[in-house]
Amino acid sequence: MAGTLAILERHLTIYKRNWYASVFSSFILPVLFVISIGIGVGSYVGTVDGWEYLSYIVPGVLASGAFQTAIGESTFPVLGDFKWSRAYHAMRATPLRIKDMIFGWQLYIQIRVFIASVIFLVVSAIFGAVHSPWVVVTPLICALVALATAAPVSAFSAGLENDSYFALLFRFIVIPSTLFAGVFFPVTQLPLLVRPLAYASPLWHAVELCRAAMLGTPPPWPVAVHVGYLIVLAVGGLYWADRAYSKRLKD
Amino acid sequence: MTQEPLIYARDLVKKFGDFTAVNGIDLEVAPGEAFGFLGPNGAGKSSTMRMIGCVSTPTSGELRILGMDPVRDGSRIRGRLGVCPQLDNLDPDLTVFENLTTYARYFGIPRSEGRRRAAELLEFVQLTEKADGKVEPLSGGMKRRLTIARAMVNEPDLVLLDEPTTGLDPQARHLLWERLFRLKQAGTTLVLTTHYMDEAEQLCDRLVVMDGGKIVAEGSPRHLIDTYSTKEVVELRFGSDTPASYVDKLEGIGDRLDPLPDRLLLYSADGEGAVSEVHRRGYTPSSVLVRRSTLEDVFLILTGRTLVD
Ligand SMILES: Nc1ncnc2c1ncn2[C@@H]1O[C@H](COP(=O)(O)OP(=O)(O)OP(=O)(O)O)[C@@H](O)[C@H]1O
Ligand SMILES: [Mg+2]
Repeated sequence: MAGTLAILERHLTIYKRNWYASVFSSFILPVLFVISIGIGVGSYVGTVDGWEYLSYIVPGVLASGAFQTAIGESTFPVLGDFKWSRAYHAMRATPLRIKDMIFGWQLYIQIRVFIASVIFLVVSAIFGAVHSPWVVVTPLICALVALATAAPVSAFSAGLENDSYFALLFRFIVIPSTLFAGVFFPVTQLPLLVRPLAYASPLWHAVELCRAAMLGTPPPWPVAVHVGYLIVLAVGGLYWADRAYSKRLKD
Repeated sequence: MTQEPLIYARDLVKKFGDFTAVNGIDLEVAPGEAFGFLGPNGAGKSSTMRMIGCVSTPTSGELRILGMDPVRDGSRIRGRLGVCPQLDNLDPDLTVFENLTTYARYFGIPRSEGRRRAAELLEFVQLTEKADGKVEPLSGGMKRRLTIARAMVNEPDLVLLDEPTTGLDPQARHLLWERLFRLKQAGTTLVLTTHYMDEAEQLCDRLVVMDGGKIVAEGSPRHLIDTYSTKEVVELRFGSDTPASYVDKLEGIGDRLDPLPDRLLLYSADGEGAVSEVHRRGYTPSSVLVRRSTLEDVFLILTGRTLVD
């Protein structure tokens, strides 16, 4: 535990110096997004599932922000600390354990996601997009989707020799997820054949849970199934990360 | 007094797939010793150091560090080691000072104590005025000094230095040697690898010569020279003639003749006497240098190759 916190401290020390670099993508962009799509585009769209468009997309943008941060922080930064700065190799020569390295980074991502989620929720509330007291569980959902995404993606990054695979990851997983995992329109509008792809994405489950919590409606599948799927990804991802980090750092 | 060795290895082997990098070596390093691995590229020095540093698992053989088992107690052992790896891995996102304080946290050292040690160590390696700067603009020698300072932050019982001065200019090397010598004087156990004879002679009480994953000789620098070489070496050059063509002609002078591409080495207890004999046989080398034997000669005699290509 002390080791995990020592590593978290390193990441926060660096973040304290560079935080402004992520202000736009983490805080300003999602807010601009809500304003332009919710209010601008929304007036053309009318209602979706009986809700005005702003209320419909806000939970999706919230979950999607957590997902994006998780992806962003578990790709280049992880590969970089293995390959370029070799920070993980430096840690490896100390009493720190590989689990500390994994948890330290995940904890850092959690903090980033939590701050961004809370700011976004406050802005959403001001715009009247919060309709249920269940909104208080949305930071937990964001935490869960961040872990379910960042753990396996960190494991993937830890096994790479160069960054060319990231382009594929972004093109074939991140962008389609963001567009088709129920953030902007219900997955039921997708052709039957491609719907399973949305169901496979951790983002869809988080979007539906956040939407249910913020609108006070039941999610399409039982809550236990949505949450269970994310937990399976998170636990599986952590296990894979342990394997990948160990393989990279042991001899 | 019987003190347990800090490093104890028996028949230690490291394989990478089918390739054997370390091929059955025995080692014992006592507390307070300055111990060196001398050897050419690919000899297996770093592979050995990484096993000692508990970051690489031995393929077979016995290894005990500080009396503990590296596989079971790796984390505890690493807590008492200071490591300067062959490739610098300083944290480029942190300042010089933060590199030390952050590293101190990895060892569970309290923040205020970490800051105190960081300031003291920067003083020791003469980098105080760089404390708040980034790592990237530092010169190679400064980075190396910072890496060594970082290795000292946990007040280690054993310091591992993998080629501490490779790639540095002579002035930077001398500064580093002086700092390492002070550590040695203070009783810190040093284990280092090097390609450089002068480095081994300056810093090591005892060393092993490694070649092809094996230890080919062991002893103090003086002992190795006395055992394997002669007191003096004569370096003869013959203009544009190939040195090898003189081996037959000079046969019998001194104890041994070694033709190198550019010069002929003649090993003899009496260098001047050997030179007279060369002249008496009617040969006039274009240049003659009589010098004391060095570890370089020992290496050449043991392996048939020069150490630095
Ligand atoms: N991770 C690895 N995978 C495969 N082969 C390796 C690995 N590490 C080292 N080797 C090989 O093992 C041999 C010994 O390497 P090692 O780095 O121990 O040599 P060295 O004595 O430190 O050489 P140098 O003076 O160049 O640093 C080399 O042939 C090297 O290619
Ligand atoms: Mg090496």
